[in-house]
Amino acid sequence: MLKTENLNVTVGDKKILNNFNIDIKDGEIHAIMGPNGTGKSTLSKVIMGNKNYNIESGNIIFDGEVINDLSTDERARRGLFISMQNPISIEGVQNSEFLKTAINARRESPVGLYEFMKTIKCAAEELDMKEEMIHRAINVGASGGERKKNEVLQIKLLKPSFIILDELDSGLDIDSLKTVCENINSYLKENPSTSVLIITHYPRILEYIKPHFVHMMICGKIVKTGDYNLAFDIEKNGYSDTFTISENEKNE
Amino acid sequence: MEIIGLTKENIEKISQIKHEEQWILDYRLKCFELFKTIDMPSYGPKYDLDFDKVIYYKNDDNKINSNWNNVSEDVKKEFECLGVIDSEKYLDGIGVQYESEVIYHNMLEELVKKNVIFTSIEMAMKKYPDLVKKYFSKIVSPTDNKFTALNGAVFSGGSFIYIPPNTTLDRPLQSYFRINSRGMGQFERTLIVVDDNSHLHYVEGCTAPTYSDSSLHAAVVEIYVGKNSSCRYTTIQNWATNVLNLVTKRALVEENGVMEWIDGNIGSRATMKYPACILKGDNSSGTCVTISVATKEQQQDSGARMIHIGKNTKSNIISKSISRFVGNATYRGKVEIKESAINSKAIVKCDSLILDKDSKSDAYPTNICRTSLSNIEHEATVSRINEDNLFYLMSKGLTEEKATELIVLGFIEKFREELPMEYAVELNQLLKRNL
Repeated sequence: MLKTENLNVTVGDKKILNNFNIDIKDGEIHAIMGPNGTGKSTLSKVIMGNKNYNIESGNIIFDGEVINDLSTDERARRGLFISMQNPISIEGVQNSEFLKTAINARRESPVGLYEFMKTIKCAAEELDMKEEMIHRAINVGASGGERKKNEVLQIKLLKPSFIILDELDSGLDIDSLKTVCENINSYLKENPSTSVLIITHYPRILEYIKPHFVHMMICGKIVKTGDYNLAFDIEKNGYSDTFTISENEKNE
Repeated sequence: MEIIGLTKENIEKISQIKHEEQWILDYRLKCFELFKTIDMPSYGPKYDLDFDKVIYYKNDDNKINSNWNNVSEDVKKEFECLGVIDSEKYLDGIGVQYESEVIYHNMLEELVKKNVIFTSIEMAMKKYPDLVKKYFSKIVSPTDNKFTALNGAVFSGGSFIYIPPNTTLDRPLQSYFRINSRGMGQFERTLIVVDDNSHLHYVEGCTAPTYSDSSLHAAVVEIYVGKNSSCRYTTIQNWATNVLNLVTKRALVEENGVMEWIDGNIGSRATMKYPACILKGDNSSGTCVTISVATKEQQQDSGARMIHIGKNTKSNIISKSISRFVGNATYRGKVEIKESAINSKAIVKCDSLILDKDSKSDAYPTNICRTSLSNIEHEATVSRINEDNLFYLMSKGLTEEKATELIVLGFIEKFREELPMEYAVELNQLLKRNL
């Protein structure tokens, strides 16, 4: 599904991703954990083609094709999706109008208004979102939790094949987190070839969306890969100790 | 019939064609004398304008029809293509001006019974001279600027509306102005009187085809808003990019009256237009929501003027401008709270969106508050399209073009939400074409 090969990325003079390699196959769920400022969010933006980041060398490969030069919107239409860490608000742009435009960008003929309203209302209800959120300007006056729900609403409507969840749990209270994760899980059940990359500080979300692999990322590269249990080692010992232990294990 | 060039004889000829009474001709000639003494505006867009080459009057047929079947086939077809004929079903009444003369007027029977008057200014001068004389040229004086004097000398066409006391119209009245000839000048004169305890929504649309020579549109609009009355005046001017659009619009608002200007400037080569409210009565209020879109070397010089005289008066100016492709969008506004206007409040909010590095946006606000018991708030922003907003929308699959369009439309949402449904849709189409 998605693979990076020796990806080196800079912003300005600063190197952020350092020979970064990951290989996510169809239907797999991967989690990347790492301390602040280690390049996790950069990774997600680079995968989405944000122009502020410069790929010095290496490749991003999606469905067997190098996508380094594809524009952000083209990547999105091919099935890449990012649920942003801090979804922004956009004054004056109605949420439903934006979503309809996004759906139509993926279709030959425009979606019928009735069908669209039915789908969006049903999806919002499953997420326990207030209906007026749909008609409001994108995230204007919305709480952190409402914004995150809005991102997941987009997943349900735009049906991506590769989903990045960047710090999904930040801003969500425990009940909302549960609702949101249930929605994602049922989406994955209905679309079993969908792959997910979860970017997170805390293992809490991994209790709800269980990853097949957990990677520990430090200074722009993956330093350790394990299964679900690695997340709890990290929580118990912290990033630096987990890293030191693993380095020691290597040396032994 | 075509009258070119500005002379006393030509003005007399226009007056003759219209079979005007002497007082109107006297007024025209007085304005012509004033015109000669007043200088061109010292500010605003620069343009070449040769007053001797302008067509001051042109008509084919002097009759006003109330049935489209009596309008000449070519002209009828033109208005059909513009959607004007179709729009009539959303309105309580419609007037249409082609070149110098009003060619069509129609209003619901029920409004006639309510004694509402909606006709051309010429017809009103003949049929209701006392009513016209009471208000005509009282709100906008010909001495105001060179183009109000010019309009006074050569005015032709325009609407006269009288809403009697205690009358509310359910739907808007609309006028539609079309310039079709090269070098044509359109000088309509609109006078609207909303008498006490009454309410009106008036909509004005304008277009012209593009020619290499400039056309001139120098209109004057005067509005009287009586006690406890309200008037909303919605315009979207979409003149071709060779039209000079130099317009004076002003309303006088009595006690508890409300005046709202909803003013969209999309077309024209250069526009100078600053809709004004004179808040004379206590507790009166004025609003002006204006947008300007300046692309392809257009110069949009627009804004609003609010003059507070009465106590407890309120005004609100919202100005949004968008410039692109060497466009220049300027906000020029004036708010003055006179000493008498205690407990008054004025809010001015100007936002500019500049879409490329070749375009510009200036602001020339004048805010004067002459009493410490009142206040003026002024807020202004200048911005480019926010990169984060663009990335957000594109990361969900919208092309850069589509994402920009949504952001731009979002920027002027405050204006769009003030428009009747059909016009909001029309505006979206216009902006998509122009940006």
